[in-house]
Amino acid sequence: MPDDETLPVRSSNDIVVVRQVVRMRAVEIGFNLVEQTKIVTAASELARNTIDHGGGGSARLQSLRNGGRAGLRLTFEDKGPGIPDIELALKDGYTTGGGLGLGLSGARRLSNEFEIQSRPGEGTRVTITRWK
Amino acid sequence: MAIRGRSRLSDVVSKHEAAILTDWIKEQLAAVKAADRIGEAELRTECARFLTLLKVALRSDGSHDVSSAAWSETRELLGELSRSRARAGYSPSETAAFVLSLKRPLFDRLRGEIGGDADALADEVWQTTLVLDRLALFTTELHQKSRDEIILRQQQDMLELSTPVVQLWESILALPLIGTLDSARTQVVMENLLQRIVETGASIAIIDITGVPTVDTLVAQHLLKTVAAARLMGADCIISGIRPQIAQTIVHLGVELSSVITKATLADAFVIALQRTGATIGRATKA
Ligand SMILES: Nc1ncnc2c1ncn2[C@@H]1O[C@H](COP(=O)(O)OP(=O)(O)OP(=O)(O)O)[C@@H](O)[C@H]1O
Ligand SMILES: [Mg+2]
Repeated sequence: MPDDETLPVRSSNDIVVVRQVVRMRAVEIGFNLVEQTKIVTAASELARNTIDHGGGGSARLQSLRNGGRAGLRLTFEDKGPGIPDIELALKDGYTTGGGLGLGLSGARRLSNEFEIQSRPGEGTRVTITRWK
Repeated sequence: MAIRGRSRLSDVVSKHEAAILTDWIKEQLAAVKAADRIGEAELRTECARFLTLLKVALRSDGSHDVSSAAWSETRELLGELSRSRARAGYSPSETAAFVLSLKRPLFDRLRGEIGGDADALADEVWQTTLVLDRLALFTTELHQKSRDEIILRQQQDMLELSTPVVQLWESILALPLIGTLDSARTQVVMENLLQRIVETGASIAIIDITGVPTVDTLVAQHLLKTVAAARLMGADCIISGIRPQIAQTIVHLGVELSSVITKATLADAFVIALQRTGATIGRATKA
């Protein structure tokens, strides 16, 4: 399996594929069942946001080996409308799409590192990393 | 390309209709072994009907615009043909071959009629090619559409099959969920369960998610909606099959399941359900 690959995130079927590949990577890195489930669930949330709010985009999966540390970094990117108020979007329960409003904040809690870049009209990029 | 008011092709078709028909059928029987799947008699009927319609359309429409009203009956015939061939398992190119195999018989006759005038012949051959190619493309598009419809129907059949609601006990239903809970499927699940609650008058429904690999906010939302709807119908839900890793992840996501009874296994859920409905199970003691 390559250490760095980018998958399309355009249809709900792509979300299933992203989850499966993330799961395979997590197993390969040696994540335990709880860690696997956390990163797969976070990936599912961000992939769905990429489609539902960002109009589709891509997911980059990077396996990291940093000295003695192994980890998995996921970057979701779209060229959608962007998020005008990131702090608000990260509030539990905030949704503009009739969801639970827990996906973005939940993904942050499920990761060790979380980074979000977004500009109205240009798109959104969310990067999460989970270390073993 | 100049558009002429009237095509020589329609005259040629009228004049040699019987011979063209024979050549065309021979062509098809050789190429796609059509006789294997549809009878030669049926093929002959389709071909004869197509030639008749082609003649009429060519005569009334000099522009050869196959999407115009003059061609509507031709399109209808081809539509019917594409659908039945898609169902019979023909490939798109085998389906298009019905129209394309008419080229050679038509070219042969055109050559026989106007072979002396090279310019006129080239022009007619070109026009004929355009018309037949467009009609062939039309059959391909319709064939594709029919295949998609067939696949969609098969998927829907599978959706229903894979979400059976089972009655465990008097007034206790169970819904074992397996696989990915995308929206389309969850909708079916929800409707089936509610329907069965009405039919059986069940007071408890156990939704077992042992077979669901990922529980994210969308899945959680669907579960919560199902529970709320069931409650409106007078049935309480128990969600079972929440494995430790799922429980931890749900907590981190911030999903509130505290309003729902949850159990680790279907067996645990069943015991609770029995207690609630007042039934008891024990080993029969031997006298
Ligand atoms: N990629 C994105 N592009 C634009 N807006 C986004 C993006 N991701 C999130 N948002 C905004 O942030 C809000 C919160 O996202 P979050 O994932 O927490 O909730 P949700 O998607 O609405 O519901 P759910 O709980 O089902 O995920 C969204 O409603 C949306 O307005
Ligand atoms: Mg979301």
